[in-house]
Amino acid sequence: MQTGNLLLLLIVMVALAYYLGHQRSLALARPLGGIRHLHSLPFYYAMRAALWCALPALLILGAWLAFDDTIIRQTVMQGLPDALRPDSDGARGLLLSQIQNVASGSLSPESVDPAIAAAAERLNNLRTTSAMALTVVVIAVGLIGAAWGWVKIAPQLRARQQVESILRVIFMLCATVAILTTVGILMSVLFESIRFFQKVSPAEFLFGLQWSPQTALRADQVASSGAFGAIPLFVGTLLISSIALLVAVPIGLMSAIYLAEYAPSRVRSVAKPMLEILAGVPTVVYGFFAALTVAPFIRGVGETLGLDVASESALAAGLVMGVMIIPFVSSLSDDVITAVPQVMRDGSLGLGATRSETIRKVVFPAALPGIMGGILLAASRAIGETMIVVMAAGLAANLTANPLEAVTTVTVQIVTLLTGDQEFDSAKTLAAFALGLMLFLTTLCLNILALHIVKKYREQYE
Amino acid sequence: MSKTTEQVRKSLARRYRAERRFRAYGIISIAIGLAALAILFTDIIGKGHSAFFEHYIKLDITFNEQTLDIEDARDPEQLNYGNYDGIVREALKTRFPEVTERLQVRELSALMSIGAGYELRDLLRENPEWLGTTQTLWLLADDDVDLFLKAGEKGREDSRMSAEQKAWITELEAAGDTERRFNASFFSSGDSREPELAGIWSAVVGSFFTMLVTLCLSFPIGVAAAIYLEEFAPRNRFTDFIEVNINNLAAVPSIIFGLLGLAIFINLFGVPRSVPVLGGLVLTLMTLPTIIITSRASIKTVPPSIREAAMGLGASRMQVVLHHVLPLALPGMLTGAIIGMAQALGETAPLLLIGMVAFIVDIPTGPLDASTVLPVQIYLWADSPEQSFVAMTSAAIMVLLAFLIAMNTLAVVLRKRLERRW
Repeated sequence: MQTGNLLLLLIVMVALAYYLGHQRSLALARPLGGIRHLHSLPFYYAMRAALWCALPALLILGAWLAFDDTIIRQTVMQGLPDALRPDSDGARGLLLSQIQNVASGSLSPESVDPAIAAAAERLNNLRTTSAMALTVVVIAVGLIGAAWGWVKIAPQLRARQQVESILRVIFMLCATVAILTTVGILMSVLFESIRFFQKVSPAEFLFGLQWSPQTALRADQVASSGAFGAIPLFVGTLLISSIALLVAVPIGLMSAIYLAEYAPSRVRSVAKPMLEILAGVPTVVYGFFAALTVAPFIRGVGETLGLDVASESALAAGLVMGVMIIPFVSSLSDDVITAVPQVMRDGSLGLGATRSETIRKVVFPAALPGIMGGILLAASRAIGETMIVVMAAGLAANLTANPLEAVTTVTVQIVTLLTGDQEFDSAKTLAAFALGLMLFLTTLCLNILALHIVKKYREQYE
Repeated sequence: MSKTTEQVRKSLARRYRAERRFRAYGIISIAIGLAALAILFTDIIGKGHSAFFEHYIKLDITFNEQTLDIEDARDPEQLNYGNYDGIVREALKTRFPEVTERLQVRELSALMSIGAGYELRDLLRENPEWLGTTQTLWLLADDDVDLFLKAGEKGREDSRMSAEQKAWITELEAAGDTERRFNASFFSSGDSREPELAGIWSAVVGSFFTMLVTLCLSFPIGVAAAIYLEEFAPRNRFTDFIEVNINNLAAVPSIIFGLLGLAIFINLFGVPRSVPVLGGLVLTLMTLPTIIITSRASIKTVPPSIREAAMGLGASRMQVVLHHVLPLALPGMLTGAIIGMAQALGETAPLLLIGMVAFIVDIPTGPLDASTVLPVQIYLWADSPEQSFVAMTSAAIMVLLAFLIAMNTLAVVLRKRLERRW
């Protein structure tokens, strides 16, 4: 049975278990003189039966779906004759996809080695068996659970406490998803990075000045080794992010100051949400805008000035990225500026300072830690931004600090290395994960630092 | 008058100037921000509005049995293999009898879209009696012709079509045989290599399924996590650790979630590539922090008196939360969920890594069909060299922005309507 149908069936079974549990608790209560003689409300008895039906079955279903494919593939590979047994991971992947193609019917069984055709058949058989076994097991477990939940219903059963503690555990598990995600991210980038660093030394990766990840198909091709020095990518990322921050920080900060200190409430209620629209525009839209409007415009301006501007200049990507992060800077700064206690302003104004002097000499220094935190968050956003640079920045690594030239960034390289066909043992693919690791660590440090500063600052005035 | 007062008075003019300057900087900054917004929107609308229309050309089509190679128009087999491009070509040749040379004929047939042939097939299927007759029909023009007709004086000169093609179109236009119609196929068809046939519907459906999976997973999990952290979690290291994680994840670059999806979901768990379920899983992990944070804020606004009253009447902690706190906090949570969904709807980068960049012509029928999503479709079209795709991309962006604006407006309205002040 298909998983979707199985789930639907399970839902029906759970509903049935709930209904039967409800009926049984009512039936048990009647001779005693009503439900007030039960320990819990009928709802809890019913809920308990439903949970007993649903949880074990769902757990098995989830585990099965997560691992059956891996196990089946392993079994099929082990069943292959020794002559065909692949020696490398790449050959293994190739063979596996061939078997899968035959199994799905997109490759005719006659065109391949009979052993592979047999393996494909075995794969199909195993998959059918697995699906059937899954259906039977899930239904059986659901039934047994429901029956157990139903039989156990008794007036003294502490159903409410049980249901509540199960719910509590479920809630807690949901909260730990955040931890699991972090662990998942770390594991996924770390393991592949370690494999990468077995092929390319970390020193070469971190300090190398050459980036050309194209590994050749044949050993005798030109530039077959590929170079994995990530410095040009780091410099490119820094260049574009700095341009973005140079745009966003002054504009965002001054907007925030104006909105918080000067603007009449009518202007504020219009201008603030308008600026925040900028944060809601999808990055792919900014990318399109940067690549098709801003970049040609800058190129045109450069030409009239007699400058040689690349059509994928860092300036275009950086400018547009700056516009994107204006609202981050402005709304975070706005929060911290409004959090500065009014008494500080009043004190300064009372001593005869003008409003701008008050802002520059009293409010701004007081809000500075919070503003720095906001700027760090914006920087982390700029470094990790992907679509704008994928669409508007260059692909070729170029070690330069000239904003009119095309540079590439860490995120651009991750996307180019990982879109399209890939095999998981080439240094090229693994390099993307090493870059991901660098990106994750950098933004992690920036975020932790920023959150720490912001938190500390908040405590100061609370 | 003392010396200090004198000095202060002298400096006043300068200080007031500084004050005015400072205020002007603020106004200029806001103006720049708003101008950027205005330029962005005008640029997109200016480029994209023309894609909502396309041009048709009137032709007298003869459903000639020999050319079509169809004897019985009721036989679906024969219908499928008919040479419809042939009758289009013949119709064009009848319209422009002076064209005889092979190369010129090819240029002439390039005026019509490939879709014209499919349209004729469908027409013939519906009206089998048309076989052997001549009908006056409006057929879809090629995208270059479309661009030419939409362009102004200067754009027409720049068109990449040959001088003869331009002359033919101008003749057709002068005779009133071209017509501008609403581009319905843009909203109803899937992707195509031909701009005049391409549409966003498959991407919209893909986005819908992806969002459905995201919503079904992230909202319950997010709300449950928020409830646990606000109402049940003991204050200890573990809880602190969860909080640090959530705050961090909210600021992790989205592309990292794509790496996670690739390494864990695809390689470890064997989830198929390019399917909305996978996209939904990845986007769930990405939006969870937003939903948890807003849900917690919303739970915090429920005053403690409600909890105390319920507990005083003998409700258990769980009953207090589920019967009283949760219903009161739900509007705020919904607002947060909508904002999280809007974020997920516009997200592109992680989906590129998990293979949702496929060229999808068919409309996906379920969350397990290979599909793409609207922002990725925009990315693909933006990369396409065909000139017409620029307008198509902008039009798709307008649709995406319309969805986002609708969602955000809904969130604002919900907040205004349902928010309670205690």
